[in-house]
Amino acid sequence: MKLIIDRREVEIAEGTTILEAAKSMGIRIPTLCYMKLKDLDYINNPGACRICVVEVEGRRNLALACKTACTEGLVVHTHTPRVMNARRIVMELILSNHPFECLICSKNGYCELQNIAHDLGIREMRYKGEQSVFRIERSPSMARNMNKCIMCRRCETMCNNIQTVGALSAVNRGFQSVVSTAFEQDIGGSTCSYCGQCVSICPVNALSGRNNQDEVLAALTDPDKIVIA
Amino acid sequence: MNKLENIAHLSELRQSVLSCKKAQIMAGETVIKVSMATCSLAAGAQGIWDTFQKAIDKGEILAGLAQTGCMGYCYAEPTVEITLPGCIPVIFGNLTKKKAGDILSEFIFSGQIPSTVIALNQTVDPCRKQIRIALRNCGVIDPENIEDYIAADGYRALAEAITMQTPDDVIELLIRSGLRGRGGGGFPTGMKWKITRQTVAVQKYVVCNADEGDPGAFMDRSILEGDPHSVLEAMAINGYCTGASEGLIYIRAEYPLAVERLRTAIEQARERGLLGENILNSGFSFDIHIRYGAGAFVCGEETALIHSMEGKRGEATVKPPFPSVEGYKGYPTNVNNVETYANIPAILLKGAEWFASVGTEISKGTKVFALAGKVKNVGLVEVPMGTTLREVIFDIGGGIKDGKKFKAVQTGGPSGGCLTEKHLDLPIDYGNLTAAGSMMGSGGMIVMDEDDCMVSVAQFYLDFTVEESCGKCAPCRIGNNRLHEMLEKITSGKGTMNDLDKLKNLAYVIKDTALCGLGQTSPNPVLSTLDNFYDEYIAHVQDRNCPAHQCPALTQYFINPDICTGCTLCSRACPANAIRGERKFPHVIDPTTCIRCGACLDKCKYGAVYAF
Repeated sequence: MKLIIDRREVEIAEGTTILEAAKSMGIRIPTLCYMKLKDLDYINNPGACRICVVEVEGRRNLALACKTACTEGLVVHTHTPRVMNARRIVMELILSNHPFECLICSKNGYCELQNIAHDLGIREMRYKGEQSVFRIERSPSMARNMNKCIMCRRCETMCNNIQTVGALSAVNRGFQSVVSTAFEQDIGGSTCSYCGQCVSICPVNALSGRNNQDEVLAALTDPDKIVIA
Repeated sequence: MNKLENIAHLSELRQSVLSCKKAQIMAGETVIKVSMATCSLAAGAQGIWDTFQKAIDKGEILAGLAQTGCMGYCYAEPTVEITLPGCIPVIFGNLTKKKAGDILSEFIFSGQIPSTVIALNQTVDPCRKQIRIALRNCGVIDPENIEDYIAADGYRALAEAITMQTPDDVIELLIRSGLRGRGGGGFPTGMKWKITRQTVAVQKYVVCNADEGDPGAFMDRSILEGDPHSVLEAMAINGYCTGASEGLIYIRAEYPLAVERLRTAIEQARERGLLGENILNSGFSFDIHIRYGAGAFVCGEETALIHSMEGKRGEATVKPPFPSVEGYKGYPTNVNNVETYANIPAILLKGAEWFASVGTEISKGTKVFALAGKVKNVGLVEVPMGTTLREVIFDIGGGIKDGKKFKAVQTGGPSGGCLTEKHLDLPIDYGNLTAAGSMMGSGGMIVMDEDDCMVSVAQFYLDFTVEESCGKCAPCRIGNNRLHEMLEKITSGKGTMNDLDKLKNLAYVIKDTALCGLGQTSPNPVLSTLDNFYDEYIAHVQDRNCPAHQCPALTQYFINPDICTGCTLCSRACPANAIRGERKFPHVIDPTTCIRCGACLDKCKYGAVYAF
C-alpha cells in the first residue's frame, strides 16, 4: 500500500506501523517505551510515553507512530511545530519527575532518556513541581530506584510476558503509579528469580545491577586471601 | 413463577397483570407508590413506607402499597405518588412521618390536599418540556417485580425480535433511529452493533457499562434502581443481534441498591425464562452476570473496563483494536452504557421513525441530565436533544437558588467544560456542546452562581482527574499534576502571567497526546474557564484578588465602621479570635490573625462585614 510521510510517497506492506515505515525511509522518530526484541520477534509498545507522536491528516489528536498501522493514502507529518511542541512538553514532563543526578548515575552517557532529551533540544524545564518519592531498595544482586522510573513498562513486559516470572506489575494510580512487586514487598520476598532481564532493558537505571567491584578488589589485594580460580 | 414458553404466554401474562390492576381500582383501592431509590431512602423513605404499611395492616385504608424508583424530584425527597380511585395521580414531596399521617387522615379520605404538604405535580411542574424515554418506567413501576415491567410492555421488544425479526433488521432499525452512545462518546449504537456482528469469532460478549463515576451524575444509578429489566432486555436484544450468548454488567460496588435490584431482576428473568437457555423457545440462549468495579473512574473507559473485568489492572489501551473487534478475553465485545440500553426496548416497540422524530438533526432522541449545584429543583430530567440550557436550568430547574445570579454550568462532569450566559440559548446536542468547548459526557450538569470562583472550579475538577488517572501515559500522569500545581499557585496568589500561557500550552498538549478519553478531556475545565473567564484568571494573577471571594489567600475581610453597631456577634463567631472591639463600638478585623473563613460575614446582621 502507498502512503505519504513528510511529503514523500512510500510503498510498504500491510500491517506496518508508521514508525517502521518512517524508519525505512530514513526518518527518525524518537521512541522511549517502545522496545523491539528482534530475536524473539516481540514488541513492547504500551503507548505509555507518548514521545513518538506524529500528525496524521484528518485525525483530531496526534497519533502514536509505534502503534498506528499504515493505511492506504495516509498522510503523515513527523516533524511539524505541533508535533515538536508536544514531544518537547511531554519530555519536559517526564524530566520534571526524574532526579537530576545524571553526572553520578551509572547510566550516564548511554541513558535513553538523556539521549532523547538531548535530541529534542531540551534546554529548560518549564514545568517543575512535585517529584515522586519511592523507597530505594537494594537486594544482594540488584537495586531498584523507582524515583528514576519513567513507566515505560519494559520491565513488566519482560518479567511477565517473556520470562513469565510475574514478579513486577504497575501499582497505585495517577502520579503515584509505579512498577513494583506484589504488595510492594522487597524484591527478595517476591517471586523474582533474579534473571536480570529487567535490569538489562531498563532505559534509565531505575533497575540496576549491584556493583561489588570494591569488595572484589579488596579481597584480591588482601595478602591473607589466596586466589585459586 | 411459571416459565414463559412462547410469545403468547408473555402477552397472556401481561393481560392478566393488567386486568388484576384494573380490578383493584374498580374495587375502590387507592394506589400508593413510595419512591424507594437511594436518594429517597437517604431522605427517609423507609419511615414513610412503614407509616402507610401500618395503616393498611390496621385496615384504616383500602390501598395497594408499592415501591418504585426515583421520580426525578430529587430536591423534594422523600416523594410519594397517590392515585385515588378515578383520579389523576398526585405526587407529594418533602414528606415526613407526620406529613404522611396528614395525608392518611385527610387526602385519602376526602381528596383534600392537607395544608402541610405540597403536591409537586400540581404546583411547580418540572415534568414540563420533558419527554421520558430512558426513564419511562422510573418512578412508575416496581423495580423488584418483573410482572410490573411486563405489564408496562416489558420484554415484548425482546420477544418480538427473537421470534419475528432477523438480527440485521434490528440493527438496521437502530441505525435508522440515530441512537448514539449515552455514556459520553456518542458513537452510533447501531453501527457498533453492526461491527460486532460482522466480526467473526467463536465467542462474543455483550457488556453493560454501569461504572458511573462523574461527580454529580446519577442517571445510570436511577435507571438501574428504578427499571433494571429494561437494561437486561436490551442486553439480550444486543446478544441476539451481535451473536453473543453471555452478557456482563460492570457495576461499581458503591451502588449496593442497584446491585441488589439487578440481582433480583436477573433471578426473576431467569425464572420466567426470559434469560437462559432457549428463550421463549426461539432457539436463542442468553444469560447475564454481574462484575463489580472497585471504584476507579478510568474503568468507565471501555478498554480499562474490560481489563478490570479480566482481573487485570484497570488501565486503558490504545484503540484500535476496538472492543467490538477484540475485547473481553480477546473476543469481540459490545460495550454500551446503561442509559443507551434503557432506550432500546422503547425504540424497537415504537419504531425508528418515532425516535428519530425527537431531537435535532445530528442527535436523536432524549438525554437524561443530572441537574445539580446551585439550582432550585435539583434532580433527574430527561429532555429532547435540542432543548436549550436555559430551558433546562431555568424552566425545569427553576432557576438559581436564593435569588443569586447565574454564572456558569459545567456539563459532562470533569471531562466537560464550563459554559456561560452566552451559551444559555444553545440547543443541547453532541455537536453544539463540543463546539462550545464542553461535551455531552454522561449528562452531569452542575450549575454555578456568582459566588463560585472559576479558577477554583477548574482546580476542583483537576483534583479529581489527578486522583483518578490510571498513571499509564506521561501527559496524564504528570501533566495533569502540573496543571493542578499551577492552578494551586494561581489560587494562592502566587501566579504570574507567564503561568497562564504555560497553563494553556500544557492543557492543549495533554489533550493532543493523552492515551484515553480521560486524559484527552481532563484539561477541558481549564481551557473552557480560560476561554470564558479569562478576566477572573487575570484578577487572581495581576490584582491578587479573587472576585468571588472564594480563594482564602486572596480574600480579606473588613468591617465598615459606619455600619457596625458593636453587637459582638462577629467576634464571638470568629474561630481565630481575630476581631477586636468594645461592645457598642465598631469592631476591627486583625488581618494577621484572620484565617479568612468568612464566618463573620455570614454572622453579621447589619451587612457591616465585607470581603475584598
